[in-house]
Amino acid sequence: MLTIKNLHASIEGTPILRGINLEVKAGEVHAIMGPNGSGKSTLASVLAGREEYEVTEGEVSFKGKDLLDLAPEDRAREGVFLAFQYPVEIPGVSSTNFLRTAVNQVREYRGLEALDAVKFLTMMKEKMKLVEIDQKLLSRSLNEGFSGGEKKRNEIFQMAMLEPTLSILDETDSGLDIDALRIVSNGVNQLKSKDNATIVVTHYQRLLDYIVPDYVHVLYKGKIVKSGTKELALELEEKGYDWIKEAVDSEATV
Amino acid sequence: MSTLTKQNLFEGFLETSFAGFERAREEGKASFLKQGLPTLKSEEYKFTAITKKLEQSITSFQSAQPFAVSQEEVKAGIPTGFEGTVLVFANGHFIPELAIDAAELTFSELSEKPETAVGSIARADKDPFAALNQSSFYGGIFIQIPKKAVVVKPILLLSFNKANEGQLIQPRVWIEAGDFSEVTFITHTINKSETPYFVNKVVEIKGGVNSQIRYYRVQNEGKNAIEASTLETNLLQDSRFTSVNISLSGEMVRNNLNLNLLGSNSEGNMYGIYLLNGKTHVDNHTNVDHTIPHAESNELYKGILADQSRGVFNGKIFVRQDAQKTNAFQQNNNILLSEDAIVNTKPQLEIWADDVKCSHGCTTGQLDEEALFYLQARGIDKTQAKGLLLFAFAGEVLEHIHDESFKNYCTDLVQERLGSKF
Ligand SMILES: Nc1ncnc2c1ncn2[C@@H]1O[C@H](COP(=O)(O)OP(=O)(O)OP(=O)(O)O)[C@@H](O)[C@H]1O
Ligand SMILES: [Mg+2]
Repeated sequence: MLTIKNLHASIEGTPILRGINLEVKAGEVHAIMGPNGSGKSTLASVLAGREEYEVTEGEVSFKGKDLLDLAPEDRAREGVFLAFQYPVEIPGVSSTNFLRTAVNQVREYRGLEALDAVKFLTMMKEKMKLVEIDQKLLSRSLNEGFSGGEKKRNEIFQMAMLEPTLSILDETDSGLDIDALRIVSNGVNQLKSKDNATIVVTHYQRLLDYIVPDYVHVLYKGKIVKSGTKELALELEEKGYDWIKEAVDSEATV
Repeated sequence: MSTLTKQNLFEGFLETSFAGFERAREEGKASFLKQGLPTLKSEEYKFTAITKKLEQSITSFQSAQPFAVSQEEVKAGIPTGFEGTVLVFANGHFIPELAIDAAELTFSELSEKPETAVGSIARADKDPFAALNQSSFYGGIFIQIPKKAVVVKPILLLSFNKANEGQLIQPRVWIEAGDFSEVTFITHTINKSETPYFVNKVVEIKGGVNSQIRYYRVQNEGKNAIEASTLETNLLQDSRFTSVNISLSGEMVRNNLNLNLLGSNSEGNMYGIYLLNGKTHVDNHTNVDHTIPHAESNELYKGILADQSRGVFNGKIFVRQDAQKTNAFQQNNNILLSEDAIVNTKPQLEIWADDVKCSHGCTTGQLDEEALFYLQARGIDKTQAKGLLLFAFAGEVLEHIHDESFKNYCTDLVQERLGSKF
């Protein structure tokens, strides 16, 4: 579904991603872990099409299409969804209007008919249950004044509404209490199918108890320096990143 | 600062004789000659080179004459969804025959108003263009809302402007809202010519005790129109005045909005949006004068400027020594969509009382790129995402339009302009 080959990206001339290779197949869950500042969010943003990042080398194909060639909105319409690490507050834009516009533009692109107000509301109600999000939140401006946890829940709610094929969850678990974590993970798990894939960026093993990954990758200094199965996450939880950092850094000095 | 040569532009014009109001006209003319046309050295006009603009576009002035407007044109000019009284003006001249649903309304030619009223609220010595209007306005209308009358449906002042080069349109309106009355005015202009002309308008409003007046204006002048306007309101005890001004086009527009809070517990609200593109220049000068204790003023102006447009906001809050317990709030926010667009914003607070609550703030920035990306990342087309964000920014002002159908009309206009209508 997603093939990343030798991806290099920089921001304002500073290289951040330095040769990422990753293959994600339908039905899989990949976890990306790594110390702060290693480039996890950068990778997520580059996949979603953030213009500030300049791709200097490499290629990304998504369902056979050159992903890097598409505008951010077309990537979303093709089925890429990024749950932001820091969802943006947008005062004055109502959550409902925003979602309806988004859902219908995505549907139109996918050759589905637009939802009228009633159908949209029905769909909203159904998906709201999935992440146990309060109706009151959605009658407010988009993310405005939402707590950290509410914002994250809203991200997963949007994901449920947009029905993506590839979801990239950037630290969706950070700032969630244990109940919220369970609810959000349940939501993600219910949306999982053999046809879609999920990339979860996280610092914490506890999320991976709920969303069980098929593969775990460690990103460090803009590269995937280690890959393994879910046991790797347990090992990282126990030993931290130092042993990996040391191995990589000593290799680099040789 | 008077620069005598600058009078030349209006010299011949000022020699023309106008019927009625001899004393008021003399006073206006003398005041105009004394003040002279503003230059960039005049503090109040330093960002708005209107004199130069007039000189460049127009060589000599003459009064624009009324012209025939058909009932069909009137119908077509009424904002969608509007229901209420319509008063029609052609080049500033009131055309009584074209009025719609006006039987209940008390109005007359301004000439039936005692001469001393003219210029008693919008004083000639405060602004050269107000003085020019007072010297040479033609026709004009006087509208009276009787004591305790609650006019439920809004009153539309519908102006048709069709001027040839060099023509001067000088409307003058006097509104008296009686004690305990309530009324909503909407002003709307239909432009019928592409040649440069100059509209110089004065509106004087007297808000009686406990009256409530709303005054909404859409400025959608021709792109070659140069406009100066003064709207000045006196507010007595417990009265409330709300202005919403939406500027969308014109070559150069200068709006003076002056509110005089003369009675305790009076409230003045000033809201505005300016959405500018091309080379349009819009200058909003507002002035609220708190003269007595326990009055309140609120102000919010929002600007979105594209291309080489230019916006000026100057908001003066004057709190006199006696005006204790004043509440005054002012906010001006701007988004610049191009590197060539300019905005000059200047809050001007002059506070002589010590027990007041006063706040002001102004911001000028660009469209929030992060927010834009967030919307795009959800599948929303970039242009539409921009439109959504811009409307979210400016739309707040429209919330202050009380009349539902006019609010919808303005929402449509604004969304259309911002590309957020889809
Ligand atoms: N505008 C910028 N200019 C220069 N460097 C930047 C810019 N934005 C991000 N970076 C740097 O890029 C690196 C990678 O950042 P990124 O947000 O991708 O890290 P991360 O792995 O997601 O970290 P975290 O775990 O803290 O979320 C960091 O060192 C960061 O400081
Ligand atoms: Mg991050």
